Amino acid sequence: MKLKKNIAISESGFVFNPEIGTSFTTNSLGVAILKQLKTKTSTEEITSSIIKSYDVDSITCEKDLEDFIRILEQFNLIED
Amino acid sequence: MKNKKDITVAVTGLNAIDSPGPGVAVIRGLKESDFYNVKIVGLAYEILEPGIYMDELVDKVYQIPIPSSGFDAMLERLTYIQAKEKIDVIIPNFDAELMTFIKLKPHLNKIGIHLLIPTKEQFEERLKGNLNEFGKKHDIKVPQSESVYSINELEDALEEFDYPVVIKGKFYDAYVAHSINDAKDYFFKISAKWGAPIIIQEFIKGHEFNVTALGDGKGVMMGAVPMRKTFLTDKGKAWAGISIDDPKLLKMTNDFITKSKWGGGLEIELMKEDKSGDLFLLEINPRFPAWVYLAVGCGQNHPEMLVKLAMNEEVKPLKKYDVGKMFIRYSYDMICDLDKYEQISIHGEV
Repeated sequence: MKLKKNIAISESGFVFNPEIGTSFTTNSLGVAILKQLKTKTSTEEITSSIIKSYDVDSITCEKDLEDFIRILEQFNLIED
Repeated sequence: MKNKKDITVAVTGLNAIDSPGPGVAVIRGLKESDFYNVKIVGLAYEILEPGIYMDELVDKVYQIPIPSSGFDAMLERLTYIQAKEKIDVIIPNFDAELMTFIKLKPHLNKIGIHLLIPTKEQFEERLKGNLNEFGKKHDIKVPQSESVYSINELEDALEEFDYPVVIKGKFYDAYVAHSINDAKDYFFKISAKWGAPIIIQEFIKGHEFNVTALGDGKGVMMGAVPMRKTFLTDKGKAWAGISIDDPKLLKMTNDFITKSKWGGGLEIELMKEDKSGDLFLLEINPRFPAWVYLAVGCGQNHPEMLVKLAMNEEVKPLKKYDVGKMFIRYSYDMICDLDKYEQISIHGEV
Protein backbone atom coordinates (compact mmCIF):
# COMPACT_ATOMS: atom_id res chain seq x y z
CA MET A 1 0.00 0.00 0.00
CA LYS A 2 1.38 3.39 -0.97
CA LEU A 3 0.29 7.00 -1.11
CA LYS A 4 -0.02 8.29 -4.69
CA LYS A 5 3.34 9.81 -5.49
CA ASN A 6 2.10 13.23 -6.63
CA ILE A 7 0.19 13.99 -3.40
CA ALA A 8 1.51 17.20 -1.82
CA ILE A 9 1.75 17.29 1.99
CA SER A 10 2.68 20.42 3.91
CA GLU A 11 3.96 20.52 7.49
CA SER A 12 0.81 22.46 8.45
CA GLY A 13 -1.29 19.39 7.66
CA PHE A 14 -2.66 20.60 4.31
CA VAL A 15 -2.88 17.77 1.78
CA PHE A 16 -3.44 18.41 -1.96
CA ASN A 17 -4.22 15.90 -4.69
CA PRO A 18 -3.14 17.65 -7.93
CA GLU A 19 -4.76 15.02 -10.16
CA ILE A 20 -8.30 15.99 -9.21
CA GLY A 21 -7.76 19.24 -7.30
CA THR A 22 -9.08 18.05 -3.95
CA SER A 23 -7.55 19.17 -0.63
CA PHE A 24 -7.79 17.95 2.96
CA THR A 25 -6.48 18.83 6.39
CA THR A 26 -4.98 16.51 8.98
CA ASN A 27 -3.04 16.77 12.25
CA SER A 28 0.66 16.23 12.91
CA LEU A 29 0.25 12.47 13.38
CA GLY A 30 -1.66 12.32 10.06
CA VAL A 31 1.22 14.16 8.36
CA ALA A 32 3.70 11.68 9.86
CA ILE A 33 1.66 8.70 8.62
CA LEU A 34 1.21 10.19 5.15
CA LYS A 35 4.94 10.82 4.85
CA GLN A 36 5.63 7.20 5.76
CA LEU A 37 3.03 6.01 3.28
CA LYS A 38 4.97 7.78 0.53
CA THR A 39 7.68 5.13 0.81
CA LYS A 40 6.47 2.34 3.06
CA THR A 41 3.84 -0.21 2.18
CA SER A 42 3.76 -2.11 5.47
CA THR A 43 1.24 -1.01 8.11
CA GLU A 44 3.27 -2.97 10.69
CA GLU A 45 6.27 -0.70 10.13
CA ILE A 46 4.12 2.41 10.46
CA THR A 47 2.38 1.05 13.59
CA SER A 48 5.68 0.34 15.30
CA SER A 49 7.00 3.80 14.51
CA ILE A 50 3.87 5.38 16.01
CA ILE A 51 4.07 3.24 19.16
CA LYS A 52 7.66 4.42 19.67
CA SER A 53 6.61 8.09 19.60
CA TYR A 54 3.15 8.05 21.17
CA ASP A 55 1.61 6.63 24.33
CA VAL A 56 -0.67 4.10 22.63
CA ASP A 57 -1.05 0.31 22.71
CA SER A 58 -0.52 -1.70 19.52
CA ILE A 59 -4.15 -2.90 19.15
CA THR A 60 -5.61 0.63 19.36
CA CYS A 61 -2.90 1.94 17.06
CA GLU A 62 -3.50 -0.75 14.40
CA LYS A 63 -7.26 -0.16 14.51
CA ASP A 64 -6.92 3.63 14.22
CA LEU A 65 -4.37 3.29 11.42
CA GLU A 66 -6.73 0.99 9.50
CA ASP A 67 -9.52 3.56 9.87
CA PHE A 68 -7.21 6.34 8.68
CA ILE A 69 -6.07 4.36 5.64
CA ARG A 70 -9.70 3.54 4.76
CA ILE A 71 -10.40 7.29 4.73
CA LEU A 72 -7.38 7.85 2.49
CA GLU A 73 -8.72 5.21 0.09
CA GLN A 74 -12.12 6.89 0.03
CA PHE A 75 -10.42 10.17 -0.79
CA ASN A 76 -8.60 8.52 -3.70
CA LEU A 77 -5.16 9.17 -2.20
CA ILE A 78 -3.87 5.57 -2.23
CA GLU A 79 -2.44 3.94 -5.36
CA ASP A 80 -4.51 1.15 -6.92
CA MET B 1 10.06 43.36 -23.63
CA LYS B 2 10.69 47.12 -23.97
CA ASN B 3 9.31 47.75 -27.45
CA LYS B 4 5.90 46.17 -27.55
CA LYS B 5 4.02 46.06 -30.82
CA ASP B 6 0.88 48.17 -31.00
CA ILE B 7 -2.19 46.17 -31.92
CA THR B 8 -5.96 46.69 -31.90
CA VAL B 9 -8.10 43.74 -30.85
CA ALA B 10 -11.89 43.68 -30.86
CA VAL B 11 -13.57 41.41 -28.31
CA THR B 12 -17.18 40.33 -27.80
CA GLY B 13 -18.73 38.72 -24.71
CA LEU B 14 -18.50 41.72 -22.39
CA ASN B 15 -21.38 40.54 -20.22
CA ALA B 16 -20.36 39.52 -16.72
CA ILE B 17 -23.49 38.27 -14.99
CA ASP B 18 -23.71 35.03 -12.96
CA SER B 19 -23.24 33.14 -16.22
CA PRO B 20 -20.51 35.43 -17.49
CA GLY B 21 -19.17 35.90 -20.98
CA PRO B 22 -15.45 35.32 -21.55
CA GLY B 23 -14.75 38.80 -22.95
CA VAL B 24 -13.48 40.49 -19.79
CA ALA B 25 -11.20 37.53 -18.95
CA VAL B 26 -9.83 37.52 -22.51
CA ILE B 27 -9.14 41.26 -22.30
CA ARG B 28 -7.31 40.85 -18.98
CA GLY B 29 -5.03 38.31 -20.66
CA LEU B 30 -4.38 40.62 -23.61
CA LYS B 31 -3.65 43.61 -21.39
CA GLU B 32 -0.96 41.54 -19.61
CA SER B 33 0.81 40.69 -22.87
CA ASP B 34 4.61 41.13 -22.88
CA PHE B 35 4.60 41.22 -26.67
CA TYR B 36 1.75 43.56 -27.54
CA ASN B 37 0.56 46.94 -26.43
CA VAL B 38 -3.13 46.20 -26.91
CA LYS B 39 -5.92 48.65 -27.67
CA ILE B 40 -9.24 46.98 -26.92
CA VAL B 41 -12.37 47.64 -28.94
CA GLY B 42 -15.35 46.15 -27.13
CA LEU B 43 -18.21 44.84 -29.26
CA ALA B 44 -21.41 44.75 -27.22
CA TYR B 45 -24.90 43.50 -27.99
CA GLU B 46 -26.61 45.01 -24.94
CA ILE B 47 -26.06 48.48 -23.49
CA LEU B 48 -25.71 47.18 -19.93
CA GLU B 49 -22.90 44.70 -20.59
CA PRO B 50 -20.50 45.53 -17.71
CA GLY B 51 -17.39 45.50 -19.94
CA ILE B 52 -18.67 48.66 -21.65
CA TYR B 53 -18.11 50.56 -18.41
CA MET B 54 -14.67 49.11 -17.53
CA ASP B 55 -12.50 52.02 -18.66
CA GLU B 56 -9.27 50.44 -17.41
CA LEU B 57 -9.79 47.41 -19.69
CA VAL B 58 -11.81 48.61 -22.69
CA ASP B 59 -10.65 51.58 -24.77
CA LYS B 60 -13.63 52.00 -27.11
CA VAL B 61 -17.00 50.26 -27.36
CA TYR B 62 -19.39 49.76 -30.26
CA GLN B 63 -22.81 48.19 -30.16
CA ILE B 64 -23.22 45.50 -32.81
CA PRO B 65 -26.41 43.88 -34.18
CA ILE B 66 -27.50 40.60 -32.61
CA PRO B 67 -26.58 37.51 -34.67
CA SER B 68 -30.20 36.93 -35.76
CA SER B 69 -30.09 40.32 -37.57
CA GLY B 70 -28.15 38.50 -40.25
CA PHE B 71 -24.87 38.53 -42.10
CA ASP B 72 -25.31 41.80 -44.00
CA ALA B 73 -26.17 43.87 -40.92
CA MET B 74 -23.10 42.58 -39.06
CA LEU B 75 -20.78 43.10 -42.04
CA GLU B 76 -22.04 46.65 -42.53
CA ARG B 77 -21.51 47.48 -38.86
CA LEU B 78 -18.05 45.93 -38.67
CA THR B 79 -17.00 47.70 -41.89
CA TYR B 80 -18.05 51.00 -40.31
CA ILE B 81 -16.13 50.19 -37.11
CA GLN B 82 -13.07 49.09 -39.09
CA ALA B 83 -12.93 52.41 -40.95
CA LYS B 84 -12.58 54.14 -37.59
CA GLU B 85 -10.53 51.72 -35.51
CA LYS B 86 -8.25 49.72 -37.85
CA ILE B 87 -8.88 46.49 -35.98
CA ASP B 88 -6.16 43.84 -36.43
CA VAL B 89 -7.91 40.87 -34.78
CA ILE B 90 -11.43 40.03 -33.61
CA ILE B 91 -11.92 37.41 -30.88
CA PRO B 92 -15.57 36.26 -30.85
CA ASN B 93 -16.58 34.87 -27.46
CA PHE B 94 -20.17 33.68 -27.92
CA ASP B 95 -21.29 30.32 -29.31
CA ALA B 96 -24.37 31.96 -30.83
CA GLU B 97 -22.40 34.49 -32.89
CA LEU B 98 -19.67 32.16 -34.11
CA MET B 99 -21.42 30.94 -37.27
CA THR B 100 -21.89 34.57 -38.35
CA PHE B 101 -18.16 35.22 -37.86
CA ILE B 102 -17.26 32.01 -39.73
CA LYS B 103 -19.28 33.26 -42.71
CA LEU B 104 -17.83 36.77 -42.34
CA LYS B 105 -14.20 35.66 -42.08
CA PRO B 106 -13.21 36.04 -45.79
CA HIS B 107 -14.91 39.44 -45.94
CA LEU B 108 -13.24 40.61 -42.74
CA ASN B 109 -9.85 39.36 -43.97
CA LYS B 110 -10.28 41.60 -47.04
CA ILE B 111 -10.64 44.69 -44.85
CA GLY B 112 -7.60 43.76 -42.74
CA ILE B 113 -9.23 41.93 -39.81
CA HIS B 114 -7.71 38.59 -38.80
CA LEU B 115 -9.52 35.80 -36.97
CA LEU B 116 -8.47 32.41 -35.62
CA ILE B 117 -11.75 30.51 -35.37
CA PRO B 118 -12.93 27.01 -36.23
CA THR B 119 -14.27 26.16 -39.69
CA LYS B 120 -17.98 25.61 -40.35
CA GLU B 121 -17.41 21.83 -40.40
CA GLN B 122 -15.51 21.88 -37.09
CA PHE B 123 -18.16 24.09 -35.51
CA GLU B 124 -21.02 21.87 -36.63
CA GLU B 125 -19.55 18.45 -35.85
CA ARG B 126 -19.15 19.33 -32.14
CA LEU B 127 -22.70 20.63 -31.77
CA LYS B 128 -24.41 18.99 -28.81
CA GLY B 129 -26.95 17.32 -31.08
CA ASN B 130 -24.15 15.61 -33.03
CA LEU B 131 -22.29 14.28 -29.99
CA ASN B 132 -22.91 10.56 -30.66
CA GLU B 133 -21.41 10.73 -34.17
CA PHE B 134 -18.63 12.97 -32.90
CA GLY B 135 -17.65 10.40 -30.26
CA LYS B 136 -17.54 7.59 -32.81
CA LYS B 137 -15.47 9.63 -35.27
CA HIS B 138 -12.84 10.67 -32.72
CA ASP B 139 -12.98 7.45 -30.64
CA ILE B 140 -14.09 9.38 -27.53
CA LYS B 141 -16.64 8.14 -24.98
CA VAL B 142 -19.73 10.34 -24.90
CA PRO B 143 -22.98 10.05 -22.92
CA GLN B 144 -25.94 8.77 -24.93
CA SER B 145 -27.64 11.86 -26.42
CA GLU B 146 -30.69 12.59 -28.53
CA SER B 147 -32.01 15.82 -30.05
CA VAL B 148 -35.74 16.52 -29.99
CA TYR B 149 -37.79 19.30 -31.55
CA SER B 150 -41.22 18.83 -29.93
CA ILE B 151 -42.78 17.73 -26.65
CA ASN B 152 -44.06 14.55 -28.35
CA GLU B 153 -40.56 13.68 -29.54
CA LEU B 154 -39.30 14.35 -26.01
CA GLU B 155 -41.79 11.91 -24.48
CA ASP B 156 -40.93 9.19 -27.01
CA ALA B 157 -37.19 9.68 -26.66
CA LEU B 158 -37.28 9.60 -22.84
CA GLU B 159 -38.47 5.97 -22.97
CA GLU B 160 -34.91 5.06 -24.01
CA PHE B 161 -33.31 6.80 -21.01
CA ASP B 162 -33.05 6.03 -17.27
CA TYR B 163 -33.61 8.88 -14.81
CA PRO B 164 -32.09 11.23 -13.98
CA VAL B 165 -31.40 12.67 -17.43
CA VAL B 166 -29.83 15.95 -18.44
CA ILE B 167 -31.93 18.36 -20.54
CA LYS B 168 -29.78 20.82 -22.49
CA GLY B 169 -30.20 23.81 -24.79
CA LYS B 170 -28.42 23.86 -28.14
CA PHE B 171 -26.10 26.67 -27.04
CA TYR B 172 -26.56 27.20 -23.30
CA ASP B 173 -28.36 25.89 -20.20
CA ALA B 174 -28.54 22.37 -18.79
CA TYR B 175 -30.78 20.90 -16.09
CA VAL B 176 -30.93 17.51 -14.39
CA ALA B 177 -34.47 16.08 -14.64
CA HIS B 178 -35.61 13.38 -12.22
CA SER B 179 -38.99 12.69 -13.84
CA ILE B 180 -40.84 13.15 -17.11
CA ASN B 181 -42.58 16.20 -15.64
CA ASP B 182 -39.22 17.76 -14.76
CA ALA B 183 -38.02 17.03 -18.29
CA LYS B 184 -41.09 18.66 -19.86
CA ASP B 185 -40.69 21.76 -17.67
CA TYR B 186 -37.05 22.12 -18.69
CA PHE B 187 -37.94 21.50 -22.36
CA PHE B 188 -40.32 24.49 -22.34
CA LYS B 189 -37.99 26.65 -20.26
CA ILE B 190 -34.97 26.12 -22.53
CA SER B 191 -36.80 26.12 -25.87
CA ALA B 192 -38.48 29.43 -24.98
CA LYS B 193 -35.04 30.96 -24.49
CA TRP B 194 -32.81 29.28 -27.08
CA GLY B 195 -35.18 27.51 -29.49
CA ALA B 196 -35.01 23.91 -30.72
CA PRO B 197 -33.50 21.39 -30.72
CA ILE B 198 -33.36 20.37 -27.10
CA ILE B 199 -30.84 17.68 -26.22
CA ILE B 200 -31.56 14.78 -23.87
CA GLN B 201 -28.36 13.39 -22.41
CA GLU B 202 -27.55 10.37 -20.24
CA PHE B 203 -26.63 11.44 -16.69
CA ILE B 204 -23.10 10.34 -15.75
CA LYS B 205 -22.46 10.24 -12.00
CA GLY B 206 -19.00 11.53 -11.32
CA HIS B 207 -16.81 14.60 -11.15
CA GLU B 208 -16.74 17.26 -13.83
CA PHE B 209 -13.49 18.58 -15.23
CA ASN B 210 -12.90 21.32 -17.78
CA VAL B 211 -9.98 22.15 -20.06
CA THR B 212 -9.30 25.51 -21.68
CA ALA B 213 -7.13 25.11 -24.76
CA LEU B 214 -5.93 26.67 -27.99
CA GLY B 215 -5.46 25.04 -31.40
CA ASP B 216 -3.43 26.59 -34.22
CA GLY B 217 -5.76 25.37 -36.98
CA LYS B 218 -3.03 23.07 -38.35
CA GLY B 219 -3.25 20.23 -35.83
CA VAL B 220 -1.07 21.55 -32.99
CA MET B 221 -2.32 22.07 -29.44
CA MET B 222 -0.67 25.38 -28.50
CA GLY B 223 -1.61 25.21 -24.83
CA ALA B 224 -4.07 23.61 -22.43
CA VAL B 225 -4.90 23.99 -18.75
CA PRO B 226 -7.30 21.57 -16.99
CA MET B 227 -9.43 22.71 -14.06
CA ARG B 228 -11.87 21.27 -11.53
CA LYS B 229 -14.76 23.46 -10.45
CA THR B 230 -14.67 23.83 -6.68
CA PHE B 231 -17.69 26.08 -6.24
CA LEU B 232 -20.79 26.19 -8.45
CA THR B 233 -23.56 28.73 -8.92
CA ASP B 234 -27.12 27.47 -9.04
CA LYS B 235 -26.73 27.42 -12.84
CA GLY B 236 -23.78 25.05 -12.49
CA LYS B 237 -21.29 27.72 -13.53
CA ALA B 238 -17.85 27.80 -11.93
CA TRP B 239 -17.53 30.45 -9.23
CA ALA B 240 -14.21 28.98 -8.10
CA GLY B 241 -11.85 26.40 -9.55
CA ILE B 242 -8.35 24.96 -9.31
CA SER B 243 -5.82 23.93 -11.95
CA ILE B 244 -5.01 20.22 -11.86
CA ASP B 245 -2.49 17.77 -13.25
CA ASP B 246 -4.24 14.96 -15.10
CA PRO B 247 -2.40 13.64 -18.19
CA LYS B 248 -5.56 11.83 -19.40
CA LEU B 249 -7.45 15.13 -19.75
CA LEU B 250 -4.58 16.71 -21.67
CA LYS B 251 -4.21 13.66 -23.92
CA MET B 252 -7.92 13.72 -24.82
CA THR B 253 -7.70 17.46 -25.57
CA ASN B 254 -4.54 17.00 -27.63
CA ASP B 255 -6.06 14.09 -29.57
CA PHE B 256 -9.11 16.14 -30.43
CA ILE B 257 -7.17 19.24 -31.54
CA THR B 258 -4.69 17.15 -33.54
CA LYS B 259 -7.35 15.09 -35.34
CA SER B 260 -9.75 17.96 -35.99
CA LYS B 261 -7.08 20.61 -36.73
CA TRP B 262 -9.08 22.96 -34.52
CA GLY B 263 -8.36 26.66 -34.90
CA GLY B 264 -8.93 29.05 -32.00
CA GLY B 265 -9.86 28.82 -28.36
CA LEU B 266 -12.04 26.05 -26.99
CA GLU B 267 -13.30 24.59 -23.75
CA ILE B 268 -13.73 20.86 -23.26
CA GLU B 269 -16.16 19.69 -20.57
CA LEU B 270 -15.61 16.15 -19.30
CA MET B 271 -17.10 13.88 -16.67
CA LYS B 272 -15.01 11.25 -14.90
CA GLU B 273 -17.42 8.48 -13.95
CA ASP B 274 -17.15 7.49 -10.29
CA LYS B 275 -17.64 3.76 -10.74
CA SER B 276 -15.33 3.21 -13.74
CA GLY B 277 -12.97 6.19 -13.70
CA ASP B 278 -13.71 6.55 -17.44
CA LEU B 279 -13.79 10.00 -19.02
CA PHE B 280 -16.90 11.04 -20.94
CA LEU B 281 -16.96 14.08 -23.19
CA LEU B 282 -19.94 16.29 -22.33
CA GLU B 283 -19.39 19.30 -24.56
CA ILE B 284 -16.87 21.18 -26.66
CA ASN B 285 -17.45 24.90 -26.51
CA PRO B 286 -16.03 26.65 -29.58
CA ARG B 287 -14.45 29.61 -27.76
CA PHE B 288 -12.51 30.40 -24.61
CA PRO B 289 -14.38 29.82 -21.33
CA ALA B 290 -15.16 32.65 -18.91
CA TRP B 291 -12.45 31.22 -16.62
CA VAL B 292 -9.69 31.48 -19.28
CA TYR B 293 -7.83 33.98 -17.07
CA LEU B 294 -6.90 31.01 -14.85
CA ALA B 295 -4.73 29.78 -17.76
CA VAL B 296 -3.02 33.20 -17.82
CA GLY B 297 -2.47 32.91 -14.05
CA CYS B 298 -0.97 29.45 -14.57
CA GLY B 299 1.58 30.73 -17.08
CA GLN B 300 -0.22 30.18 -20.41
CA ASN B 301 -1.62 33.39 -21.89
CA HIS B 302 -3.98 31.79 -24.41
CA PRO B 303 -5.63 35.07 -25.55
CA GLU B 304 -2.22 36.59 -26.35
CA MET B 305 -1.16 33.38 -28.15
CA LEU B 306 -4.37 33.43 -30.21
CA VAL B 307 -3.67 36.99 -31.36
CA LYS B 308 -0.09 36.09 -32.29
CA LEU B 309 -1.29 33.08 -34.30
CA ALA B 310 -3.94 35.19 -36.05
CA MET B 311 -1.21 37.71 -36.94
CA ASN B 312 1.15 34.97 -38.19
CA GLU B 313 3.70 35.63 -35.48
CA GLU B 314 5.90 32.75 -34.38
CA VAL B 315 4.38 30.99 -31.37
CA LYS B 316 5.77 27.97 -29.56
CA PRO B 317 3.36 25.47 -27.99
CA LEU B 318 3.31 25.59 -24.19
CA LYS B 319 3.26 22.39 -22.15
CA LYS B 320 4.00 23.62 -18.63
CA TYR B 321 1.55 25.34 -16.33
CA ASP B 322 1.20 25.85 -12.59
CA VAL B 323 -0.83 23.15 -10.83
CA GLY B 324 -2.88 24.10 -7.77
CA LYS B 325 -3.62 27.69 -8.82
CA MET B 326 -7.12 28.76 -7.88
CA PHE B 327 -9.51 31.31 -9.25
CA ILE B 328 -12.30 32.75 -7.13
CA ARG B 329 -14.85 34.91 -8.90
CA TYR B 330 -16.55 37.85 -7.25
CA SER B 331 -19.11 40.46 -8.14
CA TYR B 332 -18.33 44.16 -7.94
CA ASP B 333 -20.58 47.18 -8.12
CA MET B 334 -19.21 49.79 -10.52
CA ILE B 335 -20.47 53.34 -10.12
CA CYS B 336 -21.02 54.80 -13.58
CA ASP B 337 -22.02 58.23 -14.83
CA LEU B 338 -25.13 58.44 -16.93
CA ASP B 339 -23.34 60.06 -19.90
CA LYS B 340 -21.68 56.81 -20.96
CA TYR B 341 -25.00 55.00 -20.85
CA GLU B 342 -26.49 57.89 -22.83
CA GLN B 343 -23.79 57.73 -25.51
CA ILE B 344 -24.04 54.01 -26.08
CA SER B 345 -27.85 54.24 -26.06
CA ILE B 346 -28.07 57.12 -28.53
CA HIS B 347 -24.97 56.71 -30.71
CA GLY B 348 -24.21 52.98 -30.37
CA GLU B 349 -20.60 53.76 -29.49
CA VAL B 350 -18.66 55.23 -26.62
